[in-house]
Amino acid sequence: MAAIEASKPARRRRVRGLAVNFGRFAIMLATTFLGLLAVTFFIGRVVPIDPVLAIVGDRAPASVVERVREQMGFNLPLWEQFFIYLKQALAGDFGISVLTTNPVLEDIRNVFPATLELATVGTLIGAGLGVPLGVVAAVRRGSIADQIVRIVGLIGYSVPIFWLGLLSLLLFYARLKWVAYPGRLDVAYEYTFTPITGLYLFDAAWTRQWDVLWDAFRHIILPGSLLGYFSLAYISRMTRSFMLNELGQEYIVAARAKGLSERRIVWFHALRNASVPLVTVIALSYAGLLEGSVLTETVFSWPGIGLYITNSLQNADMNAVLGGTIVIGSVFIAINLFSDFLYRLLDPRTRAK
Amino acid sequence: MTDPSSPVPPMASNESWRDWLLTAEPHSRHQARLGRAYVTWRRFSENRLAVTGLLIIVALVLIAAFADLLAPHSATIGNLAGARLLPPGSPGFLLGTDDQGRDILSRLLIGSRITLAVVALVAIIAAPVGLLIGTVSGFAGGYVDAVLMRITDIFLAFPKLILALAFVAALGPGIENAVIAIALTSWPPYARLARAETLGVRNSDYISAVRLMGASPARIVIRHIMPMCLSSLIVRVTLDMAGIILTAAGLGFLGLGAQPPMPEWGTMIASGRRFILDQWWVATMPGIAILIVSLGFNLLGDGLRDALDPREAGR
Repeated sequence: MAAIEASKPARRRRVRGLAVNFGRFAIMLATTFLGLLAVTFFIGRVVPIDPVLAIVGDRAPASVVERVREQMGFNLPLWEQFFIYLKQALAGDFGISVLTTNPVLEDIRNVFPATLELATVGTLIGAGLGVPLGVVAAVRRGSIADQIVRIVGLIGYSVPIFWLGLLSLLLFYARLKWVAYPGRLDVAYEYTFTPITGLYLFDAAWTRQWDVLWDAFRHIILPGSLLGYFSLAYISRMTRSFMLNELGQEYIVAARAKGLSERRIVWFHALRNASVPLVTVIALSYAGLLEGSVLTETVFSWPGIGLYITNSLQNADMNAVLGGTIVIGSVFIAINLFSDFLYRLLDPRTRAK
Repeated sequence: MTDPSSPVPPMASNESWRDWLLTAEPHSRHQARLGRAYVTWRRFSENRLAVTGLLIIVALVLIAAFADLLAPHSATIGNLAGARLLPPGSPGFLLGTDDQGRDILSRLLIGSRITLAVVALVAIIAAPVGLLIGTVSGFAGGYVDAVLMRITDIFLAFPKLILALAFVAALGPGIENAVIAIALTSWPPYARLARAETLGVRNSDYISAVRLMGASPARIVIRHIMPMCLSSLIVRVTLDMAGIILTAAGLGFLGLGAQPPMPEWGTMIASGRRFILDQWWVATMPGIAILIVSLGFNLLGDGLRDALDPREAGR
């Protein structure tokens, strides 16, 4: 009976705990996002010596410089500029891209699905291969298989992705002619295929255009595998570490004593417990791929946000660069927090406290 | 040194160096430290991969130091008339030449200086900043901790390469700006690490003893907390060096790092990209150099971690 009576304040305490947690979460999200905008503001307005001169050129008459300065609000105090910048950014207004003359947000909306598709394929490949490899390495610790997985992972950590991309293009595209390049689709399909979501693989399968699906697959497989290799290096290493941790626990001994098959113990009991931190790792590597695609997209002429940012960089289009930075940064923050949240959801030990 | 023990000759006649180093009862602080280093070295040198990594890094440092003597040709002035795009193994040009008729081997050798300089500069800038912020944050606690860690988290939440790209875009391309940009993005993990280590020791008895003796907070942090953070920080920095090299090379590849006549490896790959189909070696050789060096740093870092932190060994 005492337990029931005690449960009421306990529940109230838990609700309050949840509210505090949520409040802390909201503050974290808000300050991180504010920090992101503060840094991009700093990069865009403070670091360049004179943004006005960068636009009108250094031969413009003084009256023009003055007028542009006023139009752009550069005569206002810095904090006021930041406030205006904040208001615009929160409304999704990152300015006009000098290169494409479209609003930056519209440009990004067009190119983002390409990056999303590439990173998704990369993560699927990386997790699909990395988790089993890590498990095998942990189970056969110290064996040749373990050493091979370790070396494969180490090379993945050490190789410049753009270089590996160039070499694989040379081999699989130029010499063997197995894959297609550049971009996401052959020119022949570029004008006949109208995407729905922008994820070409999905769109083509949805509309049952199998030839388009095959073509999109031939384009994405090489950059996707490359990114997949990178997340494989990280995921297999972490899987191995988590699995070693689980395999040393007492419940494994109990399962063995019960007479369960080794396969069942490893893949069902141990991996299931290791999967809680693994989900976080996979989410983080997904976020990392969204970022890591900058170099890959440049090598493969993949029209995603990475290529958009580097193209804008080369044309000194700061609005587009900073807009892209904000969008990738926001996605990054969101995935980070989401993985944190997932961890709490999946691990019962973090729930009751 | 305020050494309470009586000085003992480092080696008694019937004792070997090994026994002296491994003794359970060292007679001086000096001996204890040397013994500790010896044990660490033995654990490190058992690991063949780690020693390979160390050898690669030592070779890199030696090559960078004597690059002028080792390089058979000029790194920047080529022979446009007679030596354009020669394949590897051509007489006098072991790794071939690039489109300007420059010897790729010489460029790689001289370029090792840039790689080493970038890594060293980033480590020298980012590690102390992270160490300072982390230890102060962990030791002070309260508002100082909350504010500093919030700032750290903000930088940690940023995608590194993108932030470095944006910084270089604003500062203008160049190797110095690339170093600044990479340093700006790499200190937060060190701050986190140093803070965690600080929280581990801040309430221990020796800190209380030092405080009782009247040491100022600054002295406690600098003399008594920072040394405790060093070993894990060194491991982390070594492991990060491969990432720094790759980021610098990536910036060079995008045309934002070192600028063309400089023999920076990433920039060399970018300039070899145009010839990749017919003259594969122009872009391939610098990539191999980057791979070897960052592999060396990774192996070394792994070995150091296993040697300095036995808890993590074999993970």
